[in-house]
Amino acid sequence: MHLDFLSSLIFASDRWWVWLALYGFSLASAYSAYSLVTGKFMAPRLTFGLISAGFISQTLFLVDRGHQIGRCPITNFFELLVFLGWSMTLIYLLIGSSYRLSLLGVITAPFVAVLNIWALLAPDHPLLTGHQPVNPWLETHTSFSIVACGAFALAGVAGLMYLFQEQQLKTRKPGSIFFRLPPISTLTIANSRLLWLGFVLFTVGLGSGFFIGQEVDWRKVAWSVLVWALYGGILLGRHLHTMGAKWIATLSIIAFSLLLSVFWGIRFISDNPTVR
Amino acid sequence: MGNPIYFGQSDRAMSIFCFGLSYQTAAVDVRERFAIAESALPDALARLKTMPGLAEGLIVSTCNRTEFYVTGEFRDSPAPAFFESFYRNLRAGDEAHLFRLWANQCVRHLFRVASGLESMIVGETEIFGQVKRAYEFAAGAQTTGKLLNRLFQKSFQVGKQVRSSTAITRGSVSVGSVAVDLAEQIFADLDGCKIMILGAGETSEKTARAFRSRGAEQIFVSNRSFERAAALAAITGGRAIHFEDWEQEFRDLDILVSSTAAPHAIITLDKLAPFLRTRRHRPLFMIDLAMPRDIDPAVNKLDGVYLYDLDSLQAMAERTLEVRKQEAENCYRLIEHHVQDFQLWIERTQPASFPPVAIQLPGA
Repeated sequence: MHLDFLSSLIFASDRWWVWLALYGFSLASAYSAYSLVTGKFMAPRLTFGLISAGFISQTLFLVDRGHQIGRCPITNFFELLVFLGWSMTLIYLLIGSSYRLSLLGVITAPFVAVLNIWALLAPDHPLLTGHQPVNPWLETHTSFSIVACGAFALAGVAGLMYLFQEQQLKTRKPGSIFFRLPPISTLTIANSRLLWLGFVLFTVGLGSGFFIGQEVDWRKVAWSVLVWALYGGILLGRHLHTMGAKWIATLSIIAFSLLLSVFWGIRFISDNPTVR
Repeated sequence: MGNPIYFGQSDRAMSIFCFGLSYQTAAVDVRERFAIAESALPDALARLKTMPGLAEGLIVSTCNRTEFYVTGEFRDSPAPAFFESFYRNLRAGDEAHLFRLWANQCVRHLFRVASGLESMIVGETEIFGQVKRAYEFAAGAQTTGKLLNRLFQKSFQVGKQVRSSTAITRGSVSVGSVAVDLAEQIFADLDGCKIMILGAGETSEKTARAFRSRGAEQIFVSNRSFERAAALAAITGGRAIHFEDWEQEFRDLDILVSSTAAPHAIITLDKLAPFLRTRRHRPLFMIDLAMPRDIDPAVNKLDGVYLYDLDSLQAMAERTLEVRKQEAENCYRLIEHHVQDFQLWIERTQPASFPPVAIQLPGA
């Protein structure tokens, strides 16, 4: 079979990679949930493998799309959501395996699956034709900001799990799920490291935004600085021990919710130039 | 339930039998008279070998059971006759505590024993090692043959499968183990945790041992009697400190186990709050095993403080035991398949020497 034909068959629509990723994440979610609820045999490697398969599909989509448009594929909302899901998965695969947090996948997988569904429902505007001149500052700004979002999302997930575990401990009647989720000290460490990682990436993303060379939208900047300051405050509180782990976990969730609002707000502004 | 395994060769009937007594049939004062210490096992096996009609034999003796697994001509031997023949000192009334199982009953019983389903604490795993050791002794003394070798090897396979594919061993069923499980869900690793044991009674000792067995290295023991604290510290590899000094160590503590005989709470909300400010939000796990309680229950409201008392730990242990009992039904079903497999193996491999004759067992 001719290679070009095979290629055209496989790459007939690069969105198929996103569908494939969605299958991987959905299977991982279903298996994790089943294991957790029923208490049956849990194979973390299977969850990890399914999430890895989803990650590979996402990567193939981004490589393919990037190759077609000659730039980082974050040119519309569909691509942006896929890139955000990819970032979360990347950080999960790095952090999850390092800190024995494979069960973080229990929440990460459905979260990324939802992002992929959302992406597939979002309009995928026609691709840019021809290779446009690439603005490296814009590329840096966008990609770093989104990967930072992935880290903050996982910090929120770790925070959510911490609050669940903490609440279980306080009631003195922890259920069977409590013993299958990571210990609270492990979640505290993961939460803290993810916040630091996200903060550093977000700082680079925010800083590079000032060098793009386009007209600055100060409302976007104000929202972004607010988010940056909030995460900075959380980390300062953690560093100075003025806030306990429960507060840090709660604020991680609040800050990520705010970040999502900013995300929506920026999209709304972009889609409605009249409100500028 | 499958058909009973029974091997008959005209009038010389042979089968697998189990003669025994256990905590289910006999009180401890009876069990201790029949128990065979590990050091006495070689002699006991040698004596067993000389029993008339015996082909193969093996003795499992633990604090909860003494059981003889034998093959040979015991079809007409009731349990008291077997025990009289072996011990020669049966007392009046002993026969009520003894049982005999044969064929499928015996196979099923051994599989359940090895899986921890017949144990006092359902799902405990110590029995698996004890059965294995009993088999190694018998194999070493050459009192086992083809049938018992196959039977016991199969029982180890079944025991492993029951443990790995069901929830029968999940969770802890003693107060000490539950406390350690909780500590691991707070601190992940116990080797870096600083643990203070207040009071040197039996409960403290069991809990301290449980922590030690899971890797805790920094154990401090404090008691009004320093000698008792020192004795417990020596057992657990910890360090004894004077009762007047225990509060000085409090700042760096991760886990506090308290079981003093104090008539009122020795740790109150007011007393604890100033310590917490210096701890930089590190979690503090407090285990109150005293009656009356040593720790004011209100401290559980403090951020980062997790207080468990005897009742809450006991309730968790009982819930686990209840879950295990429910899970036992799944284990019985799993074991039944293996009983049938074993029967098929017997029918396939033994017909030439022992033509199978299935009979209905009394009470089977």
